[in-house]
Amino acid sequence: MRFGGVAANQLKAVMNTIEVIEPVAVEVTVNGQRYQREVEPRMLLVQLLREELRLTGTHIGCDTTYCGACTILLNGDPVKSCTVLAVQADQGEVLTVEGLEKDGKLHPLQEAFSEHHGLQCGFCTPGMLMSAYALLADNPAPSRQEIRKGIAGNLCRCTGYENILNAVAAAAEEMRGE
Amino acid sequence: MYPAPFRYHRANSVDEAISLLSDLGDGARALAGGQTLLIWMKLRFDEPSDLVDLGRIPELSYMDHDDAEVRIGALTTHGRIAASPIAARIPIVRDCANGIADYQVRNRGTIGGSVAAGDPACDWPALLHTLDAEILCKGPNGERSIDIKDFIEDLYATALEDAEIVTGIRFKMPAANSAGAYVGFKRCAPAYPTATAGVQLTLTDGDICEDVRIALGSAGLTPIHAIDAEAELRGKPLSEKNIEQAAEAAVAACDPVDDQRGSPAFKRSVLRVLVKRAVGIAVRRCGGESVESSHEYY
Repeated sequence: MRFGGVAANQLKAVMNTIEVIEPVAVEVTVNGQRYQREVEPRMLLVQLLREELRLTGTHIGCDTTYCGACTILLNGDPVKSCTVLAVQADQGEVLTVEGLEKDGKLHPLQEAFSEHHGLQCGFCTPGMLMSAYALLADNPAPSRQEIRKGIAGNLCRCTGYENILNAVAAAAEEMRGE
Repeated sequence: MYPAPFRYHRANSVDEAISLLSDLGDGARALAGGQTLLIWMKLRFDEPSDLVDLGRIPELSYMDHDDAEVRIGALTTHGRIAASPIAARIPIVRDCANGIADYQVRNRGTIGGSVAAGDPACDWPALLHTLDAEILCKGPNGERSIDIKDFIEDLYATALEDAEIVTGIRFKMPAANSAGAYVGFKRCAPAYPTATAGVQLTLTDGDICEDVRIALGSAGLTPIHAIDAEAELRGKPLSEKNIEQAAEAAVAACDPVDDQRGSPAFKRSVLRVLVKRAVGIAVRRCGGESVESSHEYY
């Protein structure tokens, strides 16, 4: 038998040189729901979220810890999920953009991004929202400069950031009940 | 983008990590926060056969200080250091910890990983040169401490032996009349710095430079200890002129590489400004002034 021009015995010889890597058990709680998976050690957290759990709200942008599109909260802290192995998140609590909405109602940050045109193409938005969420959890009344610093690890190529700053400031005000 | 396949091992203690690394041999790497190593692996700069995850070893995550000494465990993240009493007491440490990348990276990246990577663009090695720190290591032959100047040997090369890991760092608590500043310039928060400068200054009688240490980061293949620049200031009253001369001597000591962060000539002009700026902030802090400072970016 031939597979794409390769004889079966040749294919078998190649296969024998490829070592099978033992999968590792990972258990994570994502947006309040617990998941268990057996994953390859090299699987990144963002791939676990997107490809295994089908939570595709978290985006992969630069894939090199630059752009912040893949930002999620791991045990309460914003991290770039393209630079965390799924196995490193074992037993962890993850919050993704899908977890912001409650009972069919958008989070005030999501409302504010919509209201203040805090996005154009929307690619960076999930990461922006998660960084802003972490910022406001830490500092409910940030100055404009503090918002800039809070989202400094998230790049946006459309908006020029001004409307994002407006949106975060408006959401902060809303969340403080002002 | 996947790294090349590897086997994963989780170490529960330092001794277990050393024994795993020892058994697994040359292809194995220790994984701390992964903010340098995982990127290298994704870009296939490195293809380890095995990763030994140090991330859950409780004994590696600590911060201690008294009036004599500061000790920080290898697994302590930049973010935790930035928010610590150590950073509150020693502003140069806060400058560095807060200047590294962005919140996300600071939440994962560790001081031990930054040191062990031997990457001249990492901030901690340059800061630790400024503070004349020692790197605490443990391997199959036991524990030892290595001066930072001997620890970083070359580009991506450290004094770590096979199966030896960084367990922490320590440095002397700066004297009451000593203060420093660590400043850098980068294109945006997540970018590695174009260049950085650390200055730790000890002043007597207001403006006499009793002692000084100056180190430069991203200024060559290893952090640069600018000894000639220090000689321009040590034992003298500080003046605009000798600060300028010190900056010149620091620039002469550096050997920046040509890369996407700028040409050597550009980096030298940045370094000249950074050294002067760091001296200025250090002087103000020696005078008891509280000065907020960190890396600058557009």
